[in-house]
This record gives sequence, structure tokens and C-alpha cells, in this order.
Amino acid sequence: MTRYTATTADDLAEMLDAIGVDSIGELFERQVPPGVRLSRPLALAPGMPEQDVFAHLRDLAARNVSADDEVSFLGAGMYDHYVPALIDMLMERSEFLTPYTPYQPEISQGGLQVMFEYQTAICELTALPVSNASVYEGPSAAAAAAYMAKLHNGRSRLVVSAAMHPHTIQTLRTYAHGYGMEVVEVPMRGTHAGLDAGTTELEAWRAAIDSDTSAAFFAQPNFYGAVEDADALSAAAKAAGAADPVRADGDDRAPLVVCQVDPITLGVLRAPGECGVDVAVGEGQPLGNRLDFGGPSLGLFAAREVYLRRMPGRIAGETVDVDGKRGFVLTLQTREQHIRRERATSNICTSQALNALGAVVYLAWLGREGIVELGELLLARTHYARRQLTAIDGVHALHERPVVREFALRLDADVATVRARCARAGVNPGVDIQALTGREQDRGGLLVAITERRTRADIDRLRDVLAAAVAAEREAVPA
Amino acid sequence: MAQASYPEDLLYHPEHDWARSDPSNPQEATLGITWYAQDSLGEVVFFEPPKVGSTVTAGQAYAEVESVKAVSDVIAPLSGEVVAVNEALASEPHAINEDPYGDGWMVRVRLSDPSERDALLDAAAYSASLGG
Amino acid sequence: MSTSMSPSSDTIFQKGGPGRRAFVCPELDVPAADAETLLPARFRRLEPARLPEVSEPEIVRHYVGISKRNFDLDSGFYPLGSCTMKHNPRLHERVAALPGHARLHPLQDPERAQGALQLMWNLQEALAEIAGLPHVSLQPSAGSHGELAGVMLTRAFHEDRGQRRHKVLTPDTAHGTNPATVTMAGLEVVKLATDAAGGIDVDDLRAKADADVACLMLTNPNTLGLFDQNIEQIAALVHGVGATLYYDGANLNAVIGISRPGDMGFDIVHFNLHKSFTQPHGGGGPGSGPIAVSERIAAFLPTPLVVRREVGAHGAENGASLSGARFDLDYGSAGGAGSRSIGRLRGFHGNYGCLVRAYAYIRSLGAEGLRDVSETAVLNANYLLARLAQLGVAEHLPLAYGELCMHEFVLSGGPMKRALQIQTLDLAKRLLDFGFHPPTVYFPLLVEEALMVEPTETETKETLDAFAEALAAILAEAAEQGPEVARGAPYTTPVRRLDEVAAAKRPVIRQALT
Repeated sequence: MTRYTATTADDLAEMLDAIGVDSIGELFERQVPPGVRLSRPLALAPGMPEQDVFAHLRDLAARNVSADDEVSFLGAGMYDHYVPALIDMLMERSEFLTPYTPYQPEISQGGLQVMFEYQTAICELTALPVSNASVYEGPSAAAAAAYMAKLHNGRSRLVVSAAMHPHTIQTLRTYAHGYGMEVVEVPMRGTHAGLDAGTTELEAWRAAIDSDTSAAFFAQPNFYGAVEDADALSAAAKAAGAADPVRADGDDRAPLVVCQVDPITLGVLRAPGECGVDVAVGEGQPLGNRLDFGGPSLGLFAAREVYLRRMPGRIAGETVDVDGKRGFVLTLQTREQHIRRERATSNICTSQALNALGAVVYLAWLGREGIVELGELLLARTHYARRQLTAIDGVHALHERPVVREFALRLDADVATVRARCARAGVNPGVDIQALTGREQDRGGLLVAITERRTRADIDRLRDVLAAAVAAEREAVPA
Repeated sequence: MAQASYPEDLLYHPEHDWARSDPSNPQEATLGITWYAQDSLGEVVFFEPPKVGSTVTAGQAYAEVESVKAVSDVIAPLSGEVVAVNEALASEPHAINEDPYGDGWMVRVRLSDPSERDALLDAAAYSASLGG
Repeated sequence: MSTSMSPSSDTIFQKGGPGRRAFVCPELDVPAADAETLLPARFRRLEPARLPEVSEPEIVRHYVGISKRNFDLDSGFYPLGSCTMKHNPRLHERVAALPGHARLHPLQDPERAQGALQLMWNLQEALAEIAGLPHVSLQPSAGSHGELAGVMLTRAFHEDRGQRRHKVLTPDTAHGTNPATVTMAGLEVVKLATDAAGGIDVDDLRAKADADVACLMLTNPNTLGLFDQNIEQIAALVHGVGATLYYDGANLNAVIGISRPGDMGFDIVHFNLHKSFTQPHGGGGPGSGPIAVSERIAAFLPTPLVVRREVGAHGAENGASLSGARFDLDYGSAGGAGSRSIGRLRGFHGNYGCLVRAYAYIRSLGAEGLRDVSETAVLNANYLLARLAQLGVAEHLPLAYGELCMHEFVLSGGPMKRALQIQTLDLAKRLLDFGFHPPTVYFPLLVEEALMVEPTETETKETLDAFAEALAAILAEAAEQGPEVARGAPYTTPVRRLDEVAAAKRPVIRQALT
């Protein structure tokens, strides 16, 4: 017996007697061949009382520098937003934390209704008419969109803007190999340092897309924080990828346009559904979810109506019960793994239900006006931050495109050493871009993220610390 | 349709699909799924026909039919070009359950090889293949 | 507008009123700038998102209210087969919420995330020991994600040898995820028959195992709750044709510390941390699906991997851990694990929050406690099976295969359907009125009117007895009063049977808004 099991000596005697065996060991002896039975205990540390486990986990926590321990401007997909206390409370409620996927809808109306509300919220946010109940996270959501595109139009090329998050591009490549699809990257405008860089090169994008392109992907804002011309990219993709009219095999005439969004920006930024986009995917962590060293979080997935029956993941639908009462059920489950088996639109057999609860509650908490106000605040602070930092000697804007909450700089000094200097001063100035992308042209790049938690005072401190660090580094290592 | 029924004037494919030819127009055939197929599926909720002008090939799937519990391929018993589709099924897919051989018809094709009919089963043989 | 007395099914979008709000925006503390400068009009949103307008108390009342329309594991017995609904210790929530874990950014420098990396490394070591396979990736986000990784690894393994194999063998009792996963990875599913004992039909395997087979995907015990007696022979056959053997860890709860997949001959194993390792199910996610692999597969693992390096006495300035060891993220060292990686399957490192919980569990129980898990899980399942027989339930719901079971068992509702005119579905719905979550129904497909029961180890004998009595009572009720009672169930739940056909025919998947 442990603290989680409860077989008393009396229980054991009765149970063995009912089964008709002499010992628990006999249950294994009769079912597990001797050749595969482990003959020694597992080589694991002995168990511990709860208080010791807690102490150990606390010690490990103490060796991490979290966003509580420094002023952090880290972003690149996950952001230090303020999560209101009521979300912690709701996500820890037994009724939301501990049930399984709602396969018995009569006793799962709470969870199903949350999914339905979440779907509604994401449709509103993206201005697209259908959404699923979430997928795992951002990059794999893009991979799921690619699979949906393949099932929809049977084409074999994926065109991807190089200005997307490197994790998204890498994930797409991994999955595409399995799908039997080719991934083509379209470079950013001005790939040489200093030339009007920052967004997807429209002509290169148009040239890369053809009638065998299944889907075309870009991010809005992109990885470098820049606002893309989403309308132009969507229109160009549709035109360039239109099917050769001679083909009569039912090919749908154009590639899917997939936009990876940052949901926090959608209070102010034009929504994907307003830009001609077919599918919106994205990392949902900024919506009421913790950093958690990268997960768990949730992936957003919304699309035009025509894709409803091919969408991956779970979907909650509205219906009525035998008494005419409104209720919710998992619907269109034939698309999912457990019925359609090898023809499933996806192998995802879960959503991120608890994280989606956090997301929808967060969106209700922000509210209709709040998400706009938050967006305006981020615009203002980000603009201020970029101006302050680019005024530093040896610090340049990587691009001058409009930004919403994140921007890229180029430093005339080694980024790693500058960051280390800043860290010693209690400030994390942002992400080393080249370390993430591996691209030579990103050398010297620093990605700075702003959230509502980064006050003007924080930004001013970053400016001072960064200025000192760059100056010290340039002095130490003359160009 | 409550009772199993396999009309004598149809030809059947072992994967639960039927073909009907009108003697006055032997170059064309109407296709659909059998009583057994719709009964196994349960109430049909969605059916999307192929496009007029597309090609169907005997033994291969040309569409899918979807119920709450399953999705099933619809197999073409005969090859040809689709000349008409049952548009009514978009709003009334349950016609496939209620009248699988009548209002539940799926497509009409112009046959590319009418001799393929010889490989199909008649009502008795198909019924027997279901195991009685 | 809805009031507090309105139907509980009113969504948050039907509540609130103009101007109501919960969020108070922080003050604009930077100089105001011209709107067009900040974001030109052509990039601005055209129509506002119609999010709710509600105050904080309204939000709390709404979500707490709808939570009460949910059955959950903390509240009652949840014997879903192959889901392993075991107790979720609250300690895990407390440690996962520690800011050092919860507020750690994934791109924090490894030097300053040593606690997290050490936790991950320790967990890798523990999972490797449990699996009996040396190399672990914590990256996959769920069991099905781990499976996808496994099939991709298999494909990479063969391609590295210049072989393009197309087929993946999987038993006809396999979980539906397996075929979907295989197709997404560019391979084809070939089904294997089940023999009379409920295991893989070895003759069928022998006939189908050829040089075009990339992999056999298996869970052991299988979805019938039976440990395949021929597992060693199966492994030899599969390896004999040069294919890999993949273990679906969904049923690991039966064999922890008893038998290890690596020792059974498996090359690749995925774990479901949300099953055997207590990550709460959350109503359908999040989960985590780490994989453990044999030496010959290690090169292909997704990167980054967490590695441990020994350093000199000086160590690093922050978070220097035990005896000069440092932990790091590795993107494939020359010739070693991850050196010919299949790449990334997702962003960042994996579901760290789930890893924290699983790690706390393993540290809580240790080797003895984990063995107790499996012993008790198997004891509880066999006892429940025996109790059902004692109460005469087995007459209508016989065990589908075998005599004993491992941690779960599958009953067939066929005899019940014929004798009492009620189906497994009706039995499940009537169980809701008795305050139990039903077992898994209609899976595996091999068994007529299947009912898959997994009690887990954290249930008391009293609960098992009560459940058995409830099943007996429902059958007795059907025998005495006829089938209508069960067919009309449930009666006491927030809603009764729902029209799933209508939901699929004309899907309404979002709240209509004005």
C-alpha cells in the first residue's frame, strides 16, 4: 500500500479468494512469460513523503531564472503576459482538471460548453467561421493545416515564408517528409543586412507558388515582429496557385492560404479572415496560459466553412436532448482517429481542453474592449521601446516595418556576450535570433518582446543596460 | 427502409454498391449503396458527390458517405464519366437510408466499358454473400 | 440578456452587457503616438471581435456554474478502459505552479534553466529504466504524437539503410490512432488477426512479415487487457525480417516494474504521462507522450535532447548542480543520439508542465511504489471481474477472451442484447444515473457490444463492489421491468440523450451572435 492505494490485509484476502488465486504474484506468473519478467526492482530512487518531494521540486525550481527573477524581454512564440488569478482557480477545479475527454456528453456538458465557447471566441478573434477545440500548440498546428490541405486538394508542395518562426518551418519539414510533400522556403525581402528587410518578398512568394502548391504559409506578425501585407500575400497565392484549367480530376482551384497568428495582436491587427486567408493557426499560450518552459499550451486552428469536415482535432457542436433542452456534443468525430482509422484527417486524439479553458476565460476577461486596449498599449510601448533602443550607439532596427509587440534589432557586437552582460544586470534583453534560425544573415540579431507587464520603467532600464552592455562589448572587442 | 431488400433488376458489387441500367439507355448506369451498407452505417449525415465530368473507375472509391459513427468509401461498380449527381442529397442525406435504391441514388455515369457488368453479382448472389 | 436564472446552457456570449468588463488596462506610461504611425490603417482590424462584455463576478459564476455540469475523477469512479483514470495528486499542481517552473521561458539560456533541464534529464533516466530502453525524448505532446514520432523514427531507420519499406503491421484490436498515425507518416497499415486466446495470430504474422514491413505496432497487454504470451516469438519474427517493434504505452499501468518493453524486444516505446503518470486529463488534454528507444534508433530521435555533461570543478556561475554536472539542450552530437534526427515535431522542448507532474509522481513512489501500482491495478481488475461473476453479471456480460486479465478487461454485451434487448450503450447511459462514469464502450471493434473496464489501482475495494452491484442492478431491472428503462436513460443528469445525428448533419459549432 502507498498513499494512493488502499488494499488492506483483509481486502487482499477477500479479493484473492474471489479471484481464486493464492497471491498477486500468481496473477503475473500465469500471464507474463518468465522470459520477459523483470527479476530485480527498478533502479529508481526510493519513494519519498510528500514534503520531501515538494522540497526537491522547490530546489529544482530555485535553480531556474524565471520571469519573476529578471526583467524579461524574451518572446519568439511565448510571452510573459499577466494571467489573472481567476484563471488559476478555474483551471484547478476538479470538474475541469480531472475528467477525461467528453465521450459521455450527458455528464460532460461543462467541458463541452467550454469547448463551444472557446470555438466561438477563436472564430471571433480570427474572423473565420469555423474553429476546432484546439490542437497541441503552434508549430504542429501549421503541420496539421498542411495535412488538411493535402487531403483537400491532393497537391504536393508546401510554400513557406522564411520569415516564419524557425520551429514552425522545422516542424513543417519533419511532417512533410511523412506526407510526401516538398517544402519550399521563400526568402525575406532584402536578405542582405541593411536592405529594407523584414517581410516576405512578394515577387519571390508569387514565383514560388504554382499549380502543384497545396498550401502557402506566412506569419502575421512574422518571426521578426514585422506586420506583413497579408492581403497581398493571400491574393498572390491564390492567383499564382490557380489550377491549370485543363485538369478535370476535381482539384480545387487554388492552394490553401495559411496564416500563423499571434492571438494577442488580433485586437488591433487585421484578422486573417479579413485578409483572404483560408486557415489561421497559431500558438495560443499568450491567452491565459503559463510559460511552463514551453508547454503545455494550445494550438489555434480556424478556417473557412468549406474545410469544416476535413478539420483535424475535436469539435463541439450544439444540439438538443430528448426533452428539447439545449446541449453540446463532440461532433464530426468521423474525421478523427477512432472511427475513420487510416483515413483520419489527423491522428490527434485530444485537444488541449484545460489550456483552451484558460484561453476562453482569458478572452472573456479581456473582453470586447479590453483586447483592443491591450493591443493599443502594446503598440505604444513597442513603438517606444524600438525608438529608445535604436537610439543606442551600435544598435539598429533590423527592419522598419510596422510592429505590434515584438521587433528585431541588429547589434554591432556579439549578441551572446551582450546578453550575458545584461543578464548580470538583471535584465534579459530578448532572444538571440541567429541562435534560433541558424542563418548567417541573422548574426547580430536580437528579438525584443513587449507585454503589458513590461512598463516604461522596465523599457528604460533595458535601454540603459543594453546601451552599457553594447558599449562595453564594443570597447572590449573593437570591430 | 426498415427491411433488407435487394431488387432483382440491379447488379451488385461485393463492397455493397449497386448499379442500375435502363434498358432503353444501356450506355448509362445509375449507382448507389445497398440496404446493407446504409444499415451498417446508421443514419447518414453527409454525402458529397463527385463533380459532373469526373471519372469513376470500377472497384475504386469515388465518394465517401458519412454517418455519426463511421465514414465509408463508396465504390464504383462500373467505370465511366459522371453525367449527373443527386444534388438533393446535400440537404437530405438520409434519403440514402430511407430509399437507397430510389431517392438515395448517388450518381449516373456514362459507361466506358459496359462489359464490366459481367463481373458484378445479381441480387441472389449478393444477398448470399451477406451470409443470410 | 440572460439572468442568473437562465438556462445553464447559455454561453458566456449570451451574458453580460455593454461596457461591462473585468480587465483594467495598465496605464499608458509612454508618450502617445499617432495611430497611423503606430499601425497604418490598412493593417488595422476592420470589424471588432465580438468578445463578451462581462464583469469578473459574472465570469466566475458562469464557469463555476458550468463546471458543476461535469462529472470528474475527483468526484467518482471512472473505469474507462485504456485511459488509466487514476487519482491526480494535488501535490503535482502545487509543484508545477512554483514560479521557477511555471514562469520559466522556454528560450531561457540553458545555463539559467539548470533546474528544469536536470528535472527533464532525471525524468528521462527514470523513463528509460521503466521502459528498459536507453534513450529518451520528452518532446512529443501526447500519446498519438509519440506514436507519430515512433513511426517516423522507424521510417528514418530504414531509409538510413537505403531501404524504403511501406507497411506497418498492427493488430485488429489496435487503438484507432495507430492507422491514422501510420498514414500521416507515409506508410500503410496492414492488419493482423487476433487468435482465439486474444493475442496476435502468429501464423498470420508469419505470413505477413516480409521485407516490406517497416514496423509492428503493438500494445502489451493489448486492448483486451491480455498479455500476449507469444511476445518473444513475435519480437523474433519481426526482427528477423529487419523490421522494428513499437510499443504503445497506453497499457503500461499493468506492467511497471513487472516487465519492461525493452526486455520484451521493443525498439521504440511511447509513454502517456496523462495515463500511468498522473498528468490530469483536463477534460481532454493536455497530455505528454515521451518516447524511449533502443541504441539503433537513437540517432534519429527528434531534437533537441536533454543531455548531461560533466564539467570541471568551477562549473557555471548559476545553478551549478550535483558534482559538476551540467545539463544542456543538444541538437545531435556527432554519431550519437539525435545525430541523424528526424527533426522537430513541435515548438520548444515538450510539455514541461506535464513532465514536472510525472517526475513528482515517480519521486513520490519510487521503485516499490511503482511496482505496487501495477500489482494493485492488476489485482483490482481481476477482483472486479471475479465479483461480476459472483453476482451473475457474467452471464449477460461475459469476458470476451481468456480467464484472467491484466489491468483491464473487455466484456461482450452480445448476450445481454439478445436476452434483455438492451445494448451496451443503454447500459452505459443507465450507469450515469447510478453515479458512475461508464467504461469505454464499443472498443475494441473486434468484440461485439464491447465494454472495456479499467478500474486502476487507486480505487478501493468498496468502490469496486459498488460498481459491480450497480451493473447487476441494471441487468436485474432490465430483466424484471423490460428494456425501456435503460433505453430511456439517463434520467438524472443535466441533459439526457442528445441528438448526435442533428449535430453532425447541420453542425453548429459557435454561438450565434448579434
